[in-house]
Amino acid sequence: MRKDWIGIPALGILLLLASFAAAQDAVEEMTQDADPRPGEMMEDTAGVEGTQLQPAVEGVPEEPGPALDVPGAITVEDKDNDAGDQLVVCFEPPADTSGVFAYNVYRRKAGETGEVSWNLVKIIPVLGPTLFIDGYDPEYPIEPGTRYEYRVASVSLEGEEYFGEPQVAQAVPAGELYHTGKTKVLIAGGLFIFLIFYYFGKAQRGRQMYLRPIAGIEAIDEAIGRATEMGKPVLYVPGLSTISDVATIASLTILGRVAKKVAQYQTPLMVPNRDPIVYTVADEAVKQAYLEAGRPDAFDPDSVFFLTDSQFAFVAGVNGIMMREKPATNFYLGMFWAESLLLAETGSLTGAIQIAGTDAVTQLPFFITTCDYTLIGEELYAASAYLGREPKQIGAVKGQDACKGIIMAFITIAFVLSILDMVADTETLEWVRRIVTVPIVD
Amino acid sequence: MYEIIGIWVGAFFTLAIYSFLYKENPVYRLAEHLVVGISLGYTMAITYDVVLKPRLIEPLLAGGSWILLIPALLGLLYITRFISSIAWLSRYPIAFVLGTGMGVGFPLTMKSNVLRQLEAAMIPFYQEGMPWHMVLGNVVLVLGTLAALIYFFFSKPHKGFFFGTGSRIGIWIIMLGFGATFGFTVMGRISLLIGRIQYLLGDWLHLIE
Repeated sequence: MRKDWIGIPALGILLLLASFAAAQDAVEEMTQDADPRPGEMMEDTAGVEGTQLQPAVEGVPEEPGPALDVPGAITVEDKDNDAGDQLVVCFEPPADTSGVFAYNVYRRKAGETGEVSWNLVKIIPVLGPTLFIDGYDPEYPIEPGTRYEYRVASVSLEGEEYFGEPQVAQAVPAGELYHTGKTKVLIAGGLFIFLIFYYFGKAQRGRQMYLRPIAGIEAIDEAIGRATEMGKPVLYVPGLSTISDVATIASLTILGRVAKKVAQYQTPLMVPNRDPIVYTVADEAVKQAYLEAGRPDAFDPDSVFFLTDSQFAFVAGVNGIMMREKPATNFYLGMFWAESLLLAETGSLTGAIQIAGTDAVTQLPFFITTCDYTLIGEELYAASAYLGREPKQIGAVKGQDACKGIIMAFITIAFVLSILDMVADTETLEWVRRIVTVPIVD
Repeated sequence: MYEIIGIWVGAFFTLAIYSFLYKENPVYRLAEHLVVGISLGYTMAITYDVVLKPRLIEPLLAGGSWILLIPALLGLLYITRFISSIAWLSRYPIAFVLGTGMGVGFPLTMKSNVLRQLEAAMIPFYQEGMPWHMVLGNVVLVLGTLAALIYFFFSKPHKGFFFGTGSRIGIWIIMLGFGATFGFTVMGRISLLIGRIQYLLGDWLHLIE
């Protein structure tokens, strides 16, 4: 019992120390105010009331610097493979760049008048590239089919602008229906989808397909059973990411399976959420699972709840729930960031059996060290097929394996060609690499 | 004055959260509930100020942006969850968000997680003048990638030389990678802890500069 009270005096001592430090600061401040030293006075007032110390400078207009050389011709082209919302702008830098700090690029609709119609769309350092893509700034979007006018100013260190001649854009932005730079992505995607549907069809026709055992998935039933035996709840955290994250989708599918088991065993379930949309989907998934289990009456609307969307506030909330409710089983399946260790370590302290799964490479080590079972990367995606054992989903897993087979074949061919290039002094590897090379920026 | 109050409040809640290291207690509970509540309230205000007001209300009031009524209506359908007889309507925005998320995410994932990674693994493992350790590194990269891929084959039993030995090497490679990541991330966490201690001892207690 005595051990429990150690924290209070420790906290008290810290607070006392803080009070003492604050009081000391206040005394020092008062002493300084009462008896200022000349040097310090100058220093302080220079910062706070600098304008009063330099009356000679104030009010005297600054001499404008020498006029800067201005940028030259501007060329504007429509950007390929876009939705008509980007233009490629290029301008000639001034012949003499001495004194130029940067270039300000302004845009307005052709035909508009008045100084206020110009919008500053780009600031380019003097040594930066004079060719850029305009249209990324959401404040000043480019409208397809609209002709624009540009002007560029040389900017001095003092911020003075020296404008070049305005130029009506030679091109009007227009969109394309097909992005030629994404053809390889389309082919790869089409091939992968075909393979998945091919095995999907095979599975539907009744072909038996093997799935190797994964310890973490097989332990899910056992973990729910343990919670049932202990009469304690099951905690399920579907990650902290949004609904568009693949890991979140996988997690919500598994949640449906887990909730069905929980409904069958009549074990309490808690599903805290960070994202409002994930919350609504999770709520639907759990409700549906209770319905499928034939226990819609047992569904507790408060079992799936939204906590907060702040990352560490969410962790604080879930940790508090874990310490108070002491769930017997914790699931952390989905996308996690820095909170992974905080959650899993607290769960470990409560003595819960923990099953984690994520595709976040940086967080997996923390789950592996603190959880009983961890689903690594794609194991999380495959978990749903394992739990459901539906032919369609097993077929999809088989199709994904075929895709991995193709990737492995490419890497192996590249490895062999690399040896060939080394021995025969050829360039075959580069030829194969070009098949899969995609531009970094679209 | 406000700065001093802010520092004191920050220090108090830092200690309140750290008190969890000792055990779950009322001070931690106070901090937990406050941080959850305040963060939620703050998010609501921010959402109104950054999303709803400039992207929906103002363009609608200005007139002409009537297309914005469609997402506004979809958003409002979420609220039908509170009325059980029409709660099914909330599935429409969910379906829309899910479908859009998957559709937009697919080509992006295919490009960055498949094609770009594949390209990065198809490297010449030896080039003229390359030091031996780089050659070794390239060989480990290629063979390690192949072994790790073998580990993720689910439709084949991990037996025999190719799948058995390959997957065992694969999991070793994966674990070695995780070990390196673990160490790197822990270093980052330690720097966060140092930052907090500096706040307590410097900004708050003025014991250090």
